[in-house]
Amino acid sequence: MKKEWPLWEVFIRGQHGLNHRHVGSLHAPDAEMAIRNARDVYTRRKEGVSIWVVPSALITASDPANRDALFEPATDKIYRHPSFYDIPDEVGKM
Amino acid sequence: MMTQGDNIANDILFEWLLRRGDTALILGHRVSEWCGHSPALEEDIALANIALDLIGQSRLWLGYAGEVEDRGRGENELAYLRDTWDFRNILLAEQPNGDFGTTLMRQFLIDVWQDALLEALKTSADERIAEIAVKAGKEVAYHLDRSSDLVIRLGDGTPESHWRMQDALDTLWPYVGEMFAADAVDEAMAAAGLAPDPKMLKPGWEHTVAAVFKQATLTQPQSDFAHKGGLTGRHSEHLGHLLSEMQFLQRAYPGATW
Repeated sequence: MKKEWPLWEVFIRGQHGLNHRHVGSLHAPDAEMAIRNARDVYTRRKEGVSIWVVPSALITASDPANRDALFEPATDKIYRHPSFYDIPDEVGKM
Repeated sequence: MMTQGDNIANDILFEWLLRRGDTALILGHRVSEWCGHSPALEEDIALANIALDLIGQSRLWLGYAGEVEDRGRGENELAYLRDTWDFRNILLAEQPNGDFGTTLMRQFLIDVWQDALLEALKTSADERIAEIAVKAGKEVAYHLDRSSDLVIRLGDGTPESHWRMQDALDTLWPYVGEMFAADAVDEAMAAAGLAPDPKMLKPGWEHTVAAVFKQATLTQPQSDFAHKGGLTGRHSEHLGHLLSEMQFLQRAYPGATW
């Protein structure tokens, strides 16, 4: 019998209207207990109004060895940032 | 709404408040003993949260008890400067943690009772009691949700988890009856509309417990034998050991503060 519970990634939404954000991971035997454990481990100080849990094994990650090929080309394309426009004051914070 | 002292003798109300506060305090301390020793980190934090909820509830009950008594004792004096025979917690709360299954079964048996009791206390004629019941009720609803889920999982789990849960149930069962035994204090509180008669909570408790045990494949013991005495200060030998640890600081360094 496998002794270790599977790993879950935990996402918490801090307030209504905001996105769920990754806050960490934990072990639990199934999704229901992962939610309970996440409630106890990650929302003790009023951090959230909603919890998502995802089995860590289901996450496909980019390969760190490919970092240059994946991300380096974006570093010299400053024109992709919409920073050349004057934003009218009445628009407020963007 | 009534305020304290209306329609009931203060010593009766004080006595009843100690029962609430001491049961929460002693159970909370017992659960806190798992801190750093739980079977998994997640469980460790969950148990510490529950312990803190219970100790928080005891502060509300004992704080009110101190005001009702009106002899200058607050929550701290009541928690740390009384001896065994002054405590009014149910015997089940002071029973040793044993294995994780025993701790969990003790929690479940008390959670079902506390949940029903606090629900009834929300309509208490005493405003303070009703306020405390609303706050504590939310915490206990989660405790019950969690403990009933784990009792089912472990009862209906592996052969080892099953026998451990059954063993825990058989061991703790004789302490169940005390939760529903009414004495003169309870009768006076019920007559004044301040609290339910404990006997009234039993059918609902039995219904919930039977449903959970069925799912958990656990066999409910048939015996009606009930240890009693906690509510009048006659405790098992375990409480003195618990207090010697819980009260050590105030005993060794009287008056110590942060």
